[in-house]
Amino acid sequence: MHASLILRVSAPLLLWVPLVISFYLLVRGHNAPGGGFVGGLVAASGLVFFAMARGQTAALAVMRLPPASWCGVGLLLAAGSGFLAWLDPSAGYLTHRWWFPDLPVKLPLNTAFIFDVGVYLVVIGTITAMVFALVAED
Amino acid sequence: METPLALTIGVLVAAAAYLLLARDLPRVLLGFVLLGNAANLTIFAAGRIGTMTPPLVEYGALALTADAANPLPQALVLTAIVIGFGLAAFALVLVMRAHAEFGSVHAEDMDAAEAPDEPATQAPSPPEDSIPARREAA
Amino acid sequence: MRQMLLVAPILIPLLASAVTALLWMRPGVQRAVGLFAAVALFAATLALLAQVISGGMLVGQMGNWPAPFGISLVVDHLAAAMLAITGLMGLVVAVYAMGPGAQERDRAGFQPLFHALLMGVTGAFMTGDLFNLYVWFEVMLIASFGLLVLDRTREQIDGGIRYVMLNLVGTTFFLLAVGLVYGLTGTLNLADIARVAPDIENQGALAAVGVLLLVSFGAKAAVFPLFNWLPASYHTASMPVAAIFAALLTKVGVYAIIRIFTLVFAHDQALFGPLLGIIAMATMVVGVLGAAMHYDVRRILSFHIISQIGYMLVGVALMTPLAIAGSVLYVVHHIVVKANLFLVAGAMRQVGGSFALKRLGGLYAARPLLGLAFLIPALSLAGIPPLSGFWGKLVVIRSGLEAEAYVLAFVALAVGLLTLYSMVKIWNEAFWKARPDAAPEPPFAWSLAQRVATFAPIILLCGVTLTIGLWTEPFAAFSITAAEGLLDREGYIAAVLGANPVQLTEAVP
Repeated sequence: MHASLILRVSAPLLLWVPLVISFYLLVRGHNAPGGGFVGGLVAASGLVFFAMARGQTAALAVMRLPPASWCGVGLLLAAGSGFLAWLDPSAGYLTHRWWFPDLPVKLPLNTAFIFDVGVYLVVIGTITAMVFALVAED
Repeated sequence: METPLALTIGVLVAAAAYLLLARDLPRVLLGFVLLGNAANLTIFAAGRIGTMTPPLVEYGALALTADAANPLPQALVLTAIVIGFGLAAFALVLVMRAHAEFGSVHAEDMDAAEAPDEPATQAPSPPEDSIPARREAA
Repeated sequence: MRQMLLVAPILIPLLASAVTALLWMRPGVQRAVGLFAAVALFAATLALLAQVISGGMLVGQMGNWPAPFGISLVVDHLAAAMLAITGLMGLVVAVYAMGPGAQERDRAGFQPLFHALLMGVTGAFMTGDLFNLYVWFEVMLIASFGLLVLDRTREQIDGGIRYVMLNLVGTTFFLLAVGLVYGLTGTLNLADIARVAPDIENQGALAAVGVLLLVSFGAKAAVFPLFNWLPASYHTASMPVAAIFAALLTKVGVYAIIRIFTLVFAHDQALFGPLLGIIAMATMVVGVLGAAMHYDVRRILSFHIISQIGYMLVGVALMTPLAIAGSVLYVVHHIVVKANLFLVAGAMRQVGGSFALKRLGGLYAARPLLGLAFLIPALSLAGIPPLSGFWGKLVVIRSGLEAEAYVLAFVALAVGLLTLYSMVKIWNEAFWKARPDAAPEPPFAWSLAQRVATFAPIILLCGVTLTIGLWTEPFAAFSITAAEGLLDREGYIAAVLGANPVQLTEAVP
């Protein structure tokens, strides 16, 4: 693949833009349109863009773990967020819990957010795995 | 609003049926995507349309306003879109592999899985040489 | 505690799949995790079965959302039996997959996909929600796509294309039906649908949706006009994968048919009973005739899956307690026997070097134990007393005679004979005749550990077959309880929705 010199040099810098936006979407999804799925899609498209500019090997190096492992971490987070439901043993699995700690800023802590982060990671892992398989370089 | 939606679904299903009958695998895949969209629109229409108010709870309120859109079909459609996307991506990878393997995307050219069996010893068999040769080739 | 037990059959494979995916680069550790998870899943499903037998139906609401709004998990007798047998199959195939070829499979990602498949299957058995059933179907389907083309050979990619394309269309029909059911009933909870279904004005539309569901579940279960994907693809998969597919995938479709048509469409039996009866007969006949013309062990066995599906549909076609009990008993027996036959076929390939009957021979002289291990499930499949298949067929045929469906009973008997023909064909060619000169050398010698991994599951499943055959009483009693539970729609609805179901404010149109 022959990406232009400008693209190749600026790719690592440009990678930050979708990643920051995706994180914003992930956090915002809490009370407004957004969330783990959309955020994950944005982040994955950023990584795919990076792969187009610098090649798949470089993109995989940026991701550090193979895409399947990203899915694994995400699934564990999402599944794990449901376990806190059993602080009350009669509750159904995935009953989400909320805490409002007494802090100067308003900070609602909750298990649904952990679930959303899990979705975010799973989406990143799945999309990158699929795209990399589609545009295999071998 | 329901009539144009029903007509759209009808046209989509008709186009999907036409494409699904093609021998060309990418066309079949497009047919599947169209059929999936028709199914999603069906779910959407089944949830009763007619209001443009998004199903978001106002700040401070405890429930949706009475004229808000039905959120359940939207959730179902979102899930179905994600799943359909995953399936279509997988099928696309598979078609590409098949193209690499068989040098064609025509269903007719793919004959590895259902090659005829060699009959057992006693059976009066057709010319012996051709069938094993074909199996070896596969 | 009950809540934890209730989600355990979904959570254990989910966690196993996640952990093994996380350990993508370490196949050895993956295998240990996978085996541990399979043992845990089997233990959890057995505990759940014990709980259901002693205390009746278990119901849980995910996320504590009350019944028609959230996703309910419902485990009644049938679901508990299916879960336990899934646990057994998961364990058996996890062990078998440690035999020859384990390294290549694990490097290709066998473990995460295998556990994702188990999760999809257990989820489909437990859920009490139509859309959730669709989601579990898709989980199962995506995992099975990956497993089918695990080795990426030419044959597998061709088989995979056929499998994928037809199943994609089948599940899209399911999605379409889900949308229409929601439009007609205003709910997706199975119990709630069952509550409203008989009173819906537009019964014609509901029947059309029923047919649409029958098409999509039928495509999954490989019934008569929709079976073509199965013999085109199953024999290409690697042996552990083929065994778990043969054991579980089509049976999920059968389970869905039994569940939906006893619960939601029971009031329309006049339409669906004869329809299912005809489908059942055609499925039996076509499957067994297809098997008769093949000379490859795997393809013969694949066609027999189809013919056996016909027997399992007899229960829903006749809708009598005895017939449904027969279906339940038959499903349980069939899963054990069919998985075992595929495992034996893998061992035959390992010993004889081929799947083609022409190239096999003299296996009985070389390995008498393997011959015995083949005979038990093969004769059971054909319905020879006193093995498990005999009792399954006996109950199915007897219920046919009692319901005065003589043609159905006759077809079931005749198909049993033809099944015996196919099994004897394999026996004569592969085990009894002398080893042909053209016989290939076995691919490679195998270590003791591989031999144990291959034969321990086979012997265990032979033991289960013999147990069901020789000590049928508890299994038959259980099947009858399960059938009575399936026919007691009011009981199911009350258990899921509570005594006074929440009325939806928006009236049904």
